[in-house]
Amino acid sequence: MSDDKKYIFDNPKNIKRVLYLLYASCALLFGLEFVIHRHTVHSLEPVLGFYAIYGFVGCVTLVLIAKWMRTFLMRSEDYYDRYELKEKEGDIHVDD
Amino acid sequence: MWMTELPPFVPFYVGALLALLTRGRVRGLVMVAIPILGAAHLWMTPEAVYWQLQFFDYELMPYRVDKLSLMFGYVFHIAAFISIVYALHVRDTVQQVAGMLYAGSALGAVFAGDLLTLFVFWEMLATSSVFLIWARRTDRSYLSGLRYLIIQVLSGVILLVGSLMYLEETNSLVFGDIGLQGVHGWLIFLAFGIKCAFPALHNWLTDAYPEATPTGTVFLSAFTTKVAVYALARGYAGTELLVYIGAVMTCFPIFFAVIANDLRRVLAYSMINQLGFMVCGIGIGTALAINGAVSHAFNDIIFKGLLVMSMGSVLHMTGKIKGSELGGLYKTMPKTTLLCLVGAASISAFPLFSGFVSKSMVMAAALENDYHWIWLMLLFASAGVFHHAGIKIPFFAFFARDSGIRTSDPPLNMLLAMAIAAILCMTIGIYPQVLYQLLPDQTDYNPYDATHVLTQTQLLFFSALAFVFLNLRGLYPPELKSVNLDVEWFYRRLIPQLAGAFFAAIWRVDSLLRAAFLGRLAWLSSFLTKHHGPGQLISADRPTAGMVAWVMVLLASYLILSFIA
Repeated sequence: MSDDKKYIFDNPKNIKRVLYLLYASCALLFGLEFVIHRHTVHSLEPVLGFYAIYGFVGCVTLVLIAKWMRTFLMRSEDYYDRYELKEKEGDIHVDD
Repeated sequence: MWMTELPPFVPFYVGALLALLTRGRVRGLVMVAIPILGAAHLWMTPEAVYWQLQFFDYELMPYRVDKLSLMFGYVFHIAAFISIVYALHVRDTVQQVAGMLYAGSALGAVFAGDLLTLFVFWEMLATSSVFLIWARRTDRSYLSGLRYLIIQVLSGVILLVGSLMYLEETNSLVFGDIGLQGVHGWLIFLAFGIKCAFPALHNWLTDAYPEATPTGTVFLSAFTTKVAVYALARGYAGTELLVYIGAVMTCFPIFFAVIANDLRRVLAYSMINQLGFMVCGIGIGTALAINGAVSHAFNDIIFKGLLVMSMGSVLHMTGKIKGSELGGLYKTMPKTTLLCLVGAASISAFPLFSGFVSKSMVMAAALENDYHWIWLMLLFASAGVFHHAGIKIPFFAFFARDSGIRTSDPPLNMLLAMAIAAILCMTIGIYPQVLYQLLPDQTDYNPYDATHVLTQTQLLFFSALAFVFLNLRGLYPPELKSVNLDVEWFYRRLIPQLAGAFFAAIWRVDSLLRAAFLGRLAWLSSFLTKHHGPGQLISADRPTAGMVAWVMVLLASYLILSFIA
């Protein structure tokens, strides 16, 4: 099914460009905090870079916890089907 | 004058009938025309109670129009229109008719002024929508639909019992503020909670929505849960418990969304997350919070619809929907990719997109009312939703590694439906006044102040940075062919297995008892044979002479004994 046409992200340089753009935006947004005066309500809000840190740490924590959850929640793809779909065909009989 | 008295559900029910009787282009035309005409009609309908009737001793209000119901009425027309356009290519009468009935029932429910009418449409929602799941025509969707139907009907039954107790208590069936007083208040709350996918009552959603047809899920994502949000806003505004329930709803599904493999299941979890923001707003209950909840429901129907449509397009074109089987589709589905990204930006609440102008109202209300911890949870959930719905969905479907799949963008009608939704997302994001002027309470809220724009953008960009960081370090969990256990395990695995074991035990005891009884019977039979059998001691065929001889012996010994004594 594959073709030989080159698409934009087949070139690793373009991926690098997107990443650099992201890093630059993050730096810029962080820097803007020194320029724009933020009005705050919550006691944590005045902390420098609160939203940036919260977003980053929050997401890393989210993913790591979710990954850990896999250790006890993950089952094979046919976990339910094996039982439910077989039953429907009448293959399982309790007194078998 | 009769025109204004025509309840909005009627055109859709008539449309369902017409869809049943027509075919091809005529049917398409009828189905597209109905939401347009319905919306025009609703636009000209002023607020009032239009229908009132006596049912035995009770006053019923099957058709009541006020600002709250109008808001949902408008967006349901938009959702119905988009869903119908998206499904125009479908040649399946079951789905077309069910879709119309389903949209009509949602309209019936939000314009119901009394609890009995609400109950009727509540059950109609369940029974019409299940056909959108069954229309997939697989064994899995059949079972999933069955579970969906049982849970939805159960919610309706609880609503009915609660309503009757409410009637007993207050002598009225009018659907207004109910509150958590008495058993009736809790029962109706539970009924709404099931439909609104409260924590632990949520699994019907993540179970059934990914099993429906590509077009069916678009209908499903719009109506059922938003009717529940409407009902909560009507009956339980300002109930503090909802603040906590809502906050939990925003947080726990995002963990499941990160590790789910079926991308429509990821969207189902993210739907619960978005519902959490609405439920939280309803719980806070101030004018700003209710406005936030209602406008977020409005926006969510459109941007979630857009995301569901983009994933439906992927499923429609490739036949695959699992993250582990997809990737690199931007190469051959560029338009779908772009439209999906608009939906992703909207749900993530990027400035200039619709989520930004509504979610922030709930967040601001939480802070204003000193729910500081709740605010932190909502902020975490905002970062989390960007992570799984804003990045994960587009990334694993359209980018990531190249799966080698080469296809094309979906049919024109599907693209058109997505484009309409995308335009609405951006229009509302850029001109929030369009939305705000429809809100139930007057508001002077302005989402576009410098602080808010800066902080929200920071939050999102650094969440994206976290994704990049985790990916580059190889810490991001790969998409795996798997399912993850959730509350449904109790009723899909534990209870069936316990029931299986229980019945197995009963069968065992039963067979033991039978065997023991049969054993006794066999013994009895052989015992009887032994003594009554031919030639045996008390057999019927023994000659009477024998007995006479024994009597003789007896009498003789008696005689001898009497001589001796």
